[in-house]
Amino acid sequence: MHRPFSYKLNIFLFLLPALILFIGILIAPIVMSAYYSLTEWNGLGTPAFIGFKNYVELFTSKSINITRALKNAMLLALLSVCIQLPFSLLLALTLSRHVKGERWYLAIYFMPVLISSVVIGQLWIKIYNPEYGALNMFLRSIGLDSWTRIWLGDKNVAFGACLVPILWQYVGYHMLLMYAGIKGMPADLNEAAMLDGCTPAQVSWYITIPYIRPILRVSVIFAVTGSLKSFDMIYVLTNGGPNHATELPSTLMINLLFLRNRYGMGSTIAVMLIVLCFFFAMLINFMFKEEK
Amino acid sequence: MSARSTKVNQADIPVADQHHFKWTDVLVQVGLVLWAIICLFPVYWMFTFSLKSNEEIFGANVMGLPQKWLWENYSRALNVGNMGQYFLNSLIVTVVSIVFVLIASIMATYAMTRLQWKGRKKMNSFFMLGLTIPIHAAIVPLYTTLSRLSMLNTYWALIIPYAAFSLSMGILISIGFMGDIPYDLDEAAFLDGCGVWGIFFRVIVPLMLPAVSTIGIYTFLQCWNELMFATVFISKEAYKTLPVGIQGLSGQYTTEWGPIGAALAMATIPMLVVYIFLSKQIQESFIAGAVKG
Repeated sequence: MHRPFSYKLNIFLFLLPALILFIGILIAPIVMSAYYSLTEWNGLGTPAFIGFKNYVELFTSKSINITRALKNAMLLALLSVCIQLPFSLLLALTLSRHVKGERWYLAIYFMPVLISSVVIGQLWIKIYNPEYGALNMFLRSIGLDSWTRIWLGDKNVAFGACLVPILWQYVGYHMLLMYAGIKGMPADLNEAAMLDGCTPAQVSWYITIPYIRPILRVSVIFAVTGSLKSFDMIYVLTNGGPNHATELPSTLMINLLFLRNRYGMGSTIAVMLIVLCFFFAMLINFMFKEEK
Repeated sequence: MSARSTKVNQADIPVADQHHFKWTDVLVQVGLVLWAIICLFPVYWMFTFSLKSNEEIFGANVMGLPQKWLWENYSRALNVGNMGQYFLNSLIVTVVSIVFVLIASIMATYAMTRLQWKGRKKMNSFFMLGLTIPIHAAIVPLYTTLSRLSMLNTYWALIIPYAAFSLSMGILISIGFMGDIPYDLDEAAFLDGCGVWGIFFRVIVPLMLPAVSTIGIYTFLQCWNELMFATVFISKEAYKTLPVGIQGLSGQYTTEWGPIGAALAMATIPMLVVYIFLSKQIQESFIAGAVKG
């Protein structure tokens, strides 16, 4: 094709809307966040540059207590990888074997992913309601009165109570990814193994799971970075309470910003989260390569 | 990883022999039905208590279908709870965001795949950076900038960030679809006298309709339930989207479970209806989102 004089201009014009959005809303704010994280700023006036003081304070301050938030996030990540993912894999392996009602189960298991976390959170608040909630009512009805708790108000059980809906909601998501991976396998792979006398369990272990390894990697990355970034459900259920027992890095960030007007420190947490997410994504990629 | 997977595998053995032992078949079905009940129970419970009075919810009839169907709960959620406004706001924000993502991503994809220039590959990788950037990265600068421009509590405060954060995926999906359009068509149009823009509007855009639906669904799912930006950028009733709105309502009317249930149900029904009709496409857009994520 020949190139008219205006060719370069046209390229630029075609890219313009995407560039404006992308640079204006993603790239520039990241640079600004990195700068704000080095400042003390209450949102008014100009940010005062203080170097790495925010980072020092973040990891030493008892009142912010980032360690607890990070521990909570890591516990969520751990349970997500050790319970949620294997369970999703079990569902995916079972469903992909032409079980009766396969499509129905798939559709039902995936449904919670699509419902707003606010709706699911509000429902679980009602399920956990100490007096009228379904959980305590059920416990009382089978004579286990001593097991009843103020689920979201007792700092010893609140985070555990929050974990249940968070883990429950996304089982369907991971299951769907793994199911799609299994269905994308060439059929003759399985058939050949079956002809060689493998039991279906052996086929899963030696053929299917290694085949969907790239998808398992994606699932693990999503589970870990998703746990670090997790916000919606905790914000709805407890907003970090009681007495900060269920705080996650994101809820801490939002509360520092909007309750204490600490824009510098809020940015510091944001930057820490981005770095942690990239670090874990790279670590997981590395681990999946090493095992090969 | 391996130890856990072994366990998964052993638990799977009964499924293996389904053609020989019927009872294992039954066992699998029981397990699957049990998990289906666990997935459906909160939604079932929401719909039933949304139609009940407090007396029924709190004692007389906790789990069953409503004895008296209180449709008033829904009209209360609409009139007192302002659900109509929230719904409209969510719809406006989501639809305009989708339009922005479509325009920006299809145009950029055209420039990066059909037009010849140095650096188009690099430009593509640049856009793909967006797939890994969490929204946390932008929240403080966006908040302070929007506040300085007096743009908090407007539709734009959500539309622009939503569009920007869905853009990378929009481009990724467009590239796949545009690659399937044969170059011969461009050349034919060029010989017929079309310029760069003519080819784009007369050849490419009409053939990108399948991409439009995939990108549209993906962006819809990203925006409709988004909470963090929406709670931070919007505090005025008139601009609250559904998630922020029902969160506010639930805090305000903690004791009125019936109308709150109705509000929750009203926020959920549109998504469920869309899911019933487009379950395959929705599942596929999630899979597409994960392949490169």
